[in-house]
Amino acid sequence: MAEFVDGYLIPFAWILAKILAFVVVVLVSMAYLTYAERKIISAMQMRIGPNVVGPFGLLQPFADAVKLLTKETIVPTGSSPVVFFLAPMLTFSLAMIAWAVIPVSKGWVISDLNVGILYLFAVSSMGVYGIVMAGWASNSRYAFLGAMRSASQMVSYEVSMGFVMISVLLTAGSLNLTEIVEAQKGLWYFIPHFPMFIIFFTSVLAETNRHPFDLPEAESELVAGFMTEYSSMAFALFFLGEYANMIMMSGMISILFLGGWLPPFDIAPFNWLHPIVWFAIKVCFCLFVFIWVRATFPRYRYDQLMRLGWKVFLPFSLVWLVLTAGFLVYTGRVH
Amino acid sequence: MIVASLAFYLFAFMAVIGALNVIFQRNPVHSVLWLIFTFFNAAGLFVLLGAEFVAMILVVVYVGAVAVLFLFVVMMLDINIVVMREGFLRYMPIGALIGVVLLVELALVFGGWAISPEASGLRTTPIVAGVSNTQALGAVLYTKYAYLFQVSGVILLVAMIGAIVLTHRRRAGPRRQTIENQVNRSAADTLEIVKVQTGRGVSL
Repeated sequence: MAEFVDGYLIPFAWILAKILAFVVVVLVSMAYLTYAERKIISAMQMRIGPNVVGPFGLLQPFADAVKLLTKETIVPTGSSPVVFFLAPMLTFSLAMIAWAVIPVSKGWVISDLNVGILYLFAVSSMGVYGIVMAGWASNSRYAFLGAMRSASQMVSYEVSMGFVMISVLLTAGSLNLTEIVEAQKGLWYFIPHFPMFIIFFTSVLAETNRHPFDLPEAESELVAGFMTEYSSMAFALFFLGEYANMIMMSGMISILFLGGWLPPFDIAPFNWLHPIVWFAIKVCFCLFVFIWVRATFPRYRYDQLMRLGWKVFLPFSLVWLVLTAGFLVYTGRVH
Repeated sequence: MIVASLAFYLFAFMAVIGALNVIFQRNPVHSVLWLIFTFFNAAGLFVLLGAEFVAMILVVVYVGAVAVLFLFVVMMLDINIVVMREGFLRYMPIGALIGVVLLVELALVFGGWAISPEASGLRTTPIVAGVSNTQALGAVLYTKYAYLFQVSGVILLVAMIGAIVLTHRRRAGPRRQTIENQVNRSAADTLEIVKVQTGRGVSL
């Protein structure tokens, strides 16, 4: 009995506590990301933004949540009900399970996987299913067109994202996220890999269906794209999943290029802050740029999007990968 | 250990259920979704074996790319599964034969190891202890089997080019954006400055 408690029950409870801690933090930051987006964009457009619910409108996300929860759930006729409700659940849970391998500080991670970066890549490449299933199950043309666009967009940009990741992990010499961050001590990878940093950031925008690549839900032509037929909680799950994905991808950018939890210089005023705070600052910075991009750029045309992905990013990241490998072998860092 | 065996039976059971559903679903899109479910459980089995690299590659390649295209095609085409079922009994013997051949091959390989454990010493690339499986795979793939690896890449390339050549059609109608024409446009060949005399006007 004691063996059972020590061997299974305590580790199980400990893992459960860690998961709970991550989920609560991610959920709260998701809610406030929607608020931050509205506030930042309103500031950029010289408006006030949400300011009625609570002080400075701080309770706005909760008001929105209550509104969405109390709305009626509508299932379109001729839809495939199981797939229709499976799609938002899948999107949301995929956005959450990616956090299992993201280290927010040294040792502060649920599972320190050997192939952490591949896990993240696998999870983010599965995100397309939620959208495709939603588009097909809705039995609606707008939704279906949005889903088709999104599927081809995500598959295209994944390829160059993969090559960027390979360049980074060649430099770090590991697929483990903790080791990738540790390898950046002294020099964050966005300096030597600057072009890759830009390509990765842009691909992430396309992968999360954010502006200026938000063609799957282009309001001017497709109503709301794959989300057209969704209402109430199912819509909320899609919405939250999208924002959770943004936060997760920002975490990935910070880990791969911005040195994760490492302070910029390991000297007095910088290393007073806890590593987690540095991680949070970097994630917030990436999220701010996401929103900034949304307020600045017009939407891409579809053929331009495909040209950028296949004819610009893919060859460039491939050449950069060969250069990186050549440099590493030439300088004797890899043999 | 009990957790590992429980997890094994869970994944294996789910994989079998998924595979059966791939065959028996009436709706082809549901079949593909069940196929994805099966891939996922197979990846789980790989993780239990300690082959996490293969598991992740299975998810990235099959679930993340191949099955997406599958789903694409199945959604676009109007496949009538009842019509497809008609030839079922005719083709069943061939299908069963292929299944039996695969089963016998697997039995030969694993049975050989089980009957004579010393046979595993004959493996051309023994498993190195103390190296993560990603590293172990990379070490043999890019040295010992480099040519085979390259050949498989070339085969894939040929298949890709073949598919593009077979399906690519250039239609006369659509007007395409030519970036270099746009970039090469200069003010000199598009703009003309005309001095208009008052009361006279110009003819262009």
